[in-house]
Amino acid sequence: MAKIKVVHYINQFFAQIGGEEKADYPAELRVGEIIGPGSAFAAAFGDEAEIVATIVCGDSYFNENIDKAKADILEMVKSQKPDLFIAGPAFNAGRYGVACGTITDAVLNELGIPALTGMYEENPGVDMFASKLYIVSTKNSAAGMRAAVKKMAPLALKLARHEKIGASVVEGYIPTGVRVNFFEKERGAKRAVDMLLKKLADKPFVTEYPMPNFDRVAPNPAVKDMAHARVALVTSGGIVPKGNPDHIESSSASHYGEYNIAGVEALSSATYETAHGGYDPVYANDDPNRVLPVDALRQLEKEGVIGKLHEKYYSTVGNGTAVASAKAFAAEFSQKLLEDHVDAVILTST
Amino acid sequence: MKLELGKIYIKDIKFDDSQRIEDGVLYVSKEELTKIALSDDHLASAEFDIAKPGESVRITPVKDVIEPRVKVEGSGGVFPGWIAKVDTVGSGKTYALKGMAVVTAGPIVGFQEGVIDMTGPGADYTPFSKTINLVMVCKPVEGLKQHAYEKAVRLAGFRVAAAIGELARSLEPDETVVYETCTIKEGLQKYPDLPRVAYVHMLQSQGLLHDTYVYGVDAKQILPTIVSPTETFDGAIVSGNCVSACDKNPTYVHQNNPVVEELFKQHGKTINFVCHILTNENVFLADKERSSFFTAKICKMLDLDGVIISEEGFGNPDTDLIMNCKKITAEGIKTVIITDEYAGRDGKSQSLADAHASADAVVTAGNANEVVILPKLDKVIGTLDYINKIAGASEETLREDGSLEVEIQVITGATSEVGFGCLSAR
Repeated sequence: MAKIKVVHYINQFFAQIGGEEKADYPAELRVGEIIGPGSAFAAAFGDEAEIVATIVCGDSYFNENIDKAKADILEMVKSQKPDLFIAGPAFNAGRYGVACGTITDAVLNELGIPALTGMYEENPGVDMFASKLYIVSTKNSAAGMRAAVKKMAPLALKLARHEKIGASVVEGYIPTGVRVNFFEKERGAKRAVDMLLKKLADKPFVTEYPMPNFDRVAPNPAVKDMAHARVALVTSGGIVPKGNPDHIESSSASHYGEYNIAGVEALSSATYETAHGGYDPVYANDDPNRVLPVDALRQLEKEGVIGKLHEKYYSTVGNGTAVASAKAFAAEFSQKLLEDHVDAVILTST
Repeated sequence: MKLELGKIYIKDIKFDDSQRIEDGVLYVSKEELTKIALSDDHLASAEFDIAKPGESVRITPVKDVIEPRVKVEGSGGVFPGWIAKVDTVGSGKTYALKGMAVVTAGPIVGFQEGVIDMTGPGADYTPFSKTINLVMVCKPVEGLKQHAYEKAVRLAGFRVAAAIGELARSLEPDETVVYETCTIKEGLQKYPDLPRVAYVHMLQSQGLLHDTYVYGVDAKQILPTIVSPTETFDGAIVSGNCVSACDKNPTYVHQNNPVVEELFKQHGKTINFVCHILTNENVFLADKERSSFFTAKICKMLDLDGVIISEEGFGNPDTDLIMNCKKITAEGIKTVIITDEYAGRDGKSQSLADAHASADAVVTAGNANEVVILPKLDKVIGTLDYINKIAGASEETLREDGSLEVEIQVITGATSEVGFGCLSAR
């Protein structure tokens, strides 16, 4: 197999051009040269990969001429037709981190070339790019170069070979927000007891799932005139026409269904059923109105309590369905409900 | 309370006319077992088969997994309230048949039961690929509703497991582990300087085949209560679940509760393991509030310093988990929670349906939505008729080459929230 071709990006400091006084050094392509940290990468790659060129750019130059610098560097990278791009590692150098993040992102997303960088967790580049890139977690100074290369080189090769990337703790990258499974050495119960012992002793411990900022939705103001309101039914209880024509999954639904109930006085077990896989379906299948109360709404319509039951209802399965999917479904059918002048929605779950 | 748990290692299971255990080999008679299984007239048939680790066998739809045990000394008997009369268990001497399990199977709901692969990538995710499984596929009499079918299969499993356990009554265990807890006063005197720790065990009780039973009582109907940690080893807690199999605790897991085992390992050394607190996961808000207030109150009355809280299930019970964590933390007690995640097939979605800052120490058993390919296996015990509808599957699950594309949600015990396995996520 041919060696993986790598282009490496570093700043003026690591290229031994100079410190802050040389930070305005413009981007420069050095074909065939391995510079500074590049030799550590070359050693770690062995016969697997070779650095075919190094790009050097001053940190001030990059950040003050970001559009031009980015465009120039992308051209330089492109000219080398590499299989892999590595920037840094930038450790805790802020502008270097931002430059590494910006250019790694551009190479990955604009050129479609596998790309990787490395930084200390408090580098401002981490906040800007951790959700978009693999950034290997490094120490806060160049003293951590050996350890950084030890993690970056194998991950870079995996990326170049388009292999499956494991969890952040396994591969050594800063969490991207994408949850990835892996097998720990100890079972969960043991890990929980160990974590509790540390917590009880006021020793530091690392949670395996940092709590997200929870999205809370404030209820809308009450509908003033229910007697003239068009009311729609929406359910995550999985009520569908018999036979589940849209094949909504019994768990982890990938879509929702839109069904017409114009003229339907009440749902019946002959024509409706549930697709939901998270509960005993006997009662929902016996009388689907228990989950999607069409019968009760028709009654209220007759009594004049509500204006009209909307002729379409939307249904999906809530069981194990990702919050992101549920949000996307609702964003879409809410538009349809608005276009149909629906005033209020009754959401039923199970 | 002191329980001696004698372990008898089973190396093989064979069908034979006479039932016995000899040199670590369990001999069972299909005829005898069928008679025991069918003593309930809700079941029309029960077929027995054996699946061994490494064999190219897929078992589905799996309902429950049970470890045969027998009580040889002390009050009560295994599965109190079901097989034995109600009497306090957890002391004396119990023998367990290790390395094997009774697996009940049958299409009760058709899309909620689990999958156990004895080999291949699926085997890595389930603990029951490592046990020699005596599988009983039970079919109902015509017209039987799902909940009645579930109960019939549940009890048939306990009867068969208890009958097999009985074969070990006069044997000499290969190994014995002693578990001993103290009363409140003894604990204070014996371990005055050790932190007081309990296990808050949330039992699945959402209903409609999401049920757990404690001494025969439906956990929906209990107020949070305390038991000695040894009681679960005698089958005081049993599964009535028949839902997304990855994070529901089969009876086997209750009998071998890993949190209880791990806390016992630290008991008297780094902690004083005070007790096992049982609570539920009911669906009504008032029930959730009541149970979490009771649990927090019990923790405070016991002067606990720390607790481990384990969840069972996902979505709706996430709110119970967070309520428990929040209210117990508010009493000044340190908490660690164990859960699993539903972060979507791409891993990008929010993992839990609820969150709170007090939940700062979380152990995760992995993302149940992760997709895996399970290759075609030579033999299926049960049926693949429902595989495309099983929770965690889709219309595309069963592929042309016979392999399955599924979320690990379908695999029995894959993301155990009592921390039975090693799977995790970051």
